[in-house]
Amino acid sequence: MAARLAYDGVVACVPVTVPYRRYSVNSAHWWIGRALHELTLGAGIEPRDIDGLIVSSFTVGPDTAVGLTQHFGLTPRWLDHVPMGGASGVIGLRRAARAVQAGDAQFVACVAGDTNHVDSFRKTLTSFSRFAQDAVYPYGSGGANASFALITKNYMNLYGATREDFGKLCVAQRDNALAIPFAMMKKKLTLDDYKSARAISDPLHLFDCVMPCAGAEAFLVCREDTAKSLGLPAVRILSTIERHNAFPDDPIQYRGGWALDVDELWQMAGVKPADVDLLQTYDDYPVIVTMQFEDLGFCKKGEGPDFIRSHTFTTDGTFPHNTSGGQLSAGQAGAAGGYLGITEAMRQLAGTPIGKPVKDARLAAVSGFGMINYDRGLSSGAAVLARA
Amino acid sequence: MTAPLTRPKRKDPLKKTRQPLYPQSVRSRTAQGLTAAAAQGRFELQCCSDCKEIFYPPRDACPKCLSPRVPFVPVDNRGTVLAETTIRTSTDPYFRERTPWRAGLTKLDAGPVVLSHLHGDVQEGARVRLDLKLDKGGAPVLIALPEKDTPNMADDPQLREMTCDPKFRRVLITDGRTAVGQAMAKAFSEAGATIVFVGIADPWKPFPGEDALRKIDKVEIVPLDVTDSESCTEQAEQNGGRIDIVVNTAEHVRPGGVLQRHGLTVAREEMDVRYFGLMRLAQAFGPAMRSRGADGVNSAAAFVNLLSVHALMNWPAYGAYSAAEAACLSAAQCLRAELRPGGVKVVNVFFGPLETEWFQTVPSPKVAPSALAKAVVQALQRGVEDVFVGDIAEDIRARLAVNPKALEREIAG
Repeated sequence: MAARLAYDGVVACVPVTVPYRRYSVNSAHWWIGRALHELTLGAGIEPRDIDGLIVSSFTVGPDTAVGLTQHFGLTPRWLDHVPMGGASGVIGLRRAARAVQAGDAQFVACVAGDTNHVDSFRKTLTSFSRFAQDAVYPYGSGGANASFALITKNYMNLYGATREDFGKLCVAQRDNALAIPFAMMKKKLTLDDYKSARAISDPLHLFDCVMPCAGAEAFLVCREDTAKSLGLPAVRILSTIERHNAFPDDPIQYRGGWALDVDELWQMAGVKPADVDLLQTYDDYPVIVTMQFEDLGFCKKGEGPDFIRSHTFTTDGTFPHNTSGGQLSAGQAGAAGGYLGITEAMRQLAGTPIGKPVKDARLAAVSGFGMINYDRGLSSGAAVLARA
Repeated sequence: MTAPLTRPKRKDPLKKTRQPLYPQSVRSRTAQGLTAAAAQGRFELQCCSDCKEIFYPPRDACPKCLSPRVPFVPVDNRGTVLAETTIRTSTDPYFRERTPWRAGLTKLDAGPVVLSHLHGDVQEGARVRLDLKLDKGGAPVLIALPEKDTPNMADDPQLREMTCDPKFRRVLITDGRTAVGQAMAKAFSEAGATIVFVGIADPWKPFPGEDALRKIDKVEIVPLDVTDSESCTEQAEQNGGRIDIVVNTAEHVRPGGVLQRHGLTVAREEMDVRYFGLMRLAQAFGPAMRSRGADGVNSAAAFVNLLSVHALMNWPAYGAYSAAEAACLSAAQCLRAELRPGGVKVVNVFFGPLETEWFQTVPSPKVAPSALAKAVVQALQRGVEDVFVGDIAEDIRARLAVNPKALEREIAG
C-alpha cells in the first residue's frame, strides 16, 4: 500500500464548547447554530467565509447537513454529514483536513451538537439502528448501559479488571472536571462513592455511565498560514486513523478498530506512545477507555488493569487523561461527545485550557469510538496532534 | 432452580388493575421472518443459500459473501452464554416495571452471537438452548433456556411473560356439549387451571358425557349459548372479569358444498354458530381481557380459536363448513390485532377432520378430541400463535407452502 500523504500545512483552530445543559428546550439546530456563531466570532471571520461544513448530530432530524446550510444561511462548496457518534470528531477532522489540503475548501467548520429534551434520549435509543430495533432494544431496553455491561463483564472475566480499576479512572476524571465550569458533574467523587453507587446494569453502576445532556462542540480546519494571518493559535495534525466494524469474528468486543491501525497511527506521526503528553480517549464507559490504552499502544492487550494501577490520570498525574473530565464527568452531549477530546486537546496544546493545564503539553493523542449498532461499537478513530 | 408459582390470592376489587404494556414491537420487514418462526414454535435464523453462513441479527444480504439469498431455516439452537447482565434501569415503561431483568450474549454452536433474554436457571458460561418466542406485544424474541429442563421452569417470571400457561389461570370452554369441549375441560384441569368454566346452552337438556364432565376437578358448568348475544353478555357480566383464557369449542360441522345444498338455512346456522359466535364471544369477553393483560400471575392471556385446517383451503366435500371456518380465521386475524395491545394472544389451532360423529364417513387419519385438547394446552404453555394438529393439518400446511394451486385442484378429488 502506498504511504499516506501527511497533513502538512493544515491545522485545526478555534476550539468551541457551547456550555452543556442537562435538559434543553432548544432544538439541535439551536445548539449547532450557537457553536457556529462562536466559531466565526472566535476566528474573526464572517459566516459567508465558511466554505466547508461538516456536521454530526443524533437529534437534528429530519434535517441533515444539507438542510442546515439553508437554515444557517451558509453557501459551502464542500459539505459532509458524519453520523458516527463518538467517532465523529476524529473522522470529521481527517475529512476536513484533506478537503483543505486539496484546496476544495478554505475554512471547514467542524461541528457536532445535540439537544436533550426530556424524552429524546429514549427516542434516540428506540430507533438507533435497525439491529438495535430488531435485536437489542426489545431485550430489557437497558440502552447502551446493558450492551456495555456485557462487554465490561467479559473484559473483567478475561483480564481480571476490577471495579476499583474502573473506579480509579472515573475518580480521576471527576477531579479534572471540578475545574471545568460546563461539566455536568461538579461534586467530588471518591472511590467509595463510586463503589457504593446504585447498580444500573451489572456490573455497571451509576458512575460508570455518562449523563446524556445538551451541548455543542466545534473547531475550524484551515491552512496553517491562514490561521497565522488571522492570529489564531492552532494545532497540527500529525496522523489519523479510522476503522469500522473491525474484528467482526470476535464473539464479544474486547478490542476496537484501533488495534488494526495502531502501527500506522504512530508511524505516520513519527512519534511513540511514550512521547505523548496527554491522551483524550472516548469514555462512554471505563472499559472502553481501558481498551484504548491497550489498542493505542500505551500498554499491551490485557495489561490495561495493570496500566491503570501503575498510573495517575489527573491533569497533573503521571498520565494526564481526559483532562476536561471526559463525558463521564462533563456529560455526553450526543455526537458532541466525540468532539470533546479534540477541543480539549487543542486548548491544552495551545496553552489555553479551561480547567487545569497539562504542564508543557506539546503532543496529544485523541481517540474516538462510536455507534453500538448491535453488540459492539463499530467505529473507531484516533489522531495525534501537536502544538503548531 | 425456579421458585414454584403460588396460587394468587383473591384480587382486592378496590385495587387498580395494572395496565398492560408491552416491549417495543417494531421490527424490520426482514426480522418478521423471526415472527413467522416464533408463531409456530420453530427456531429459525437466516442461512445463506450460497455460502451456508448462519447469521444474526436479520440482514438483507449475507455478511460473508453478500448473497441476497438469505432465507430463514431451522438451525441448531444450542450454545454457550458468554456474558450476562442484570438490567436494573430501563428506559422502556414495560421493562421498568419488571426490573431486574436479565439478558445475555450467547455464542451459538451454529456460529452467531445472540443477545437474548435469560431464563432464571441460566448462568454465565452455561450451555443453553435458545428458544424463539413471541413477547407480550407479539414480537419475536429469543430467550436462553437451560440445556435440560429444570423443576418448575415454566414458572420463571421472564419466561411466563412469553407464554400463556394455564397454570393458575381461569379458563372458559365455550361449549361443553361436544366431545372436544369435554376433552378440553379435562386437559385444562390437568394443566393446573384454577377454574374451568364450561359453557352449556340450555343446561336443562341432558347431554352425553355430562356426568363425567361434572366430575372433573375445577370444572364449573355455566350457562352460555354462543348463538345468543344476550347469553354471552350475561356470562361475561358474571365471570368476564376473571376469565384469563377463552377456548371456543362451539362447532357446527355439516357435509356438503355450495350446490349440494338447497337454500341458506344450514349455511346460516354454520355462520351463526361459528362466525357470529366468535364475534359474540369476542365482543362479550374481549374488552375485559384486553384490559387485564398485565393483571399479575393470572393475567388474561389467550383467546383460542379451534379452526378446521380447511379454513386455509376449501374442502368441497365440506365446502360450506370450510367457508364458515375461513370467515372465523379472518375474524381471528382482526381480533389478534385488537387484543395484541393488551398482551393477549389469539391462538389459532388448525385441525384436520376429527374423530367425531360429523366426520363419520371421512377416512382416517383423524384427530381424537383428547389429542386436540392436549395440543391446545401445549400451545399455550409454549406461547405459540398458530398450531397445526394432526396429519391432515400438517399435510395441508406443507402443501400450501409449496403450491396452493395444486392443493386446490387435488383437494377437490
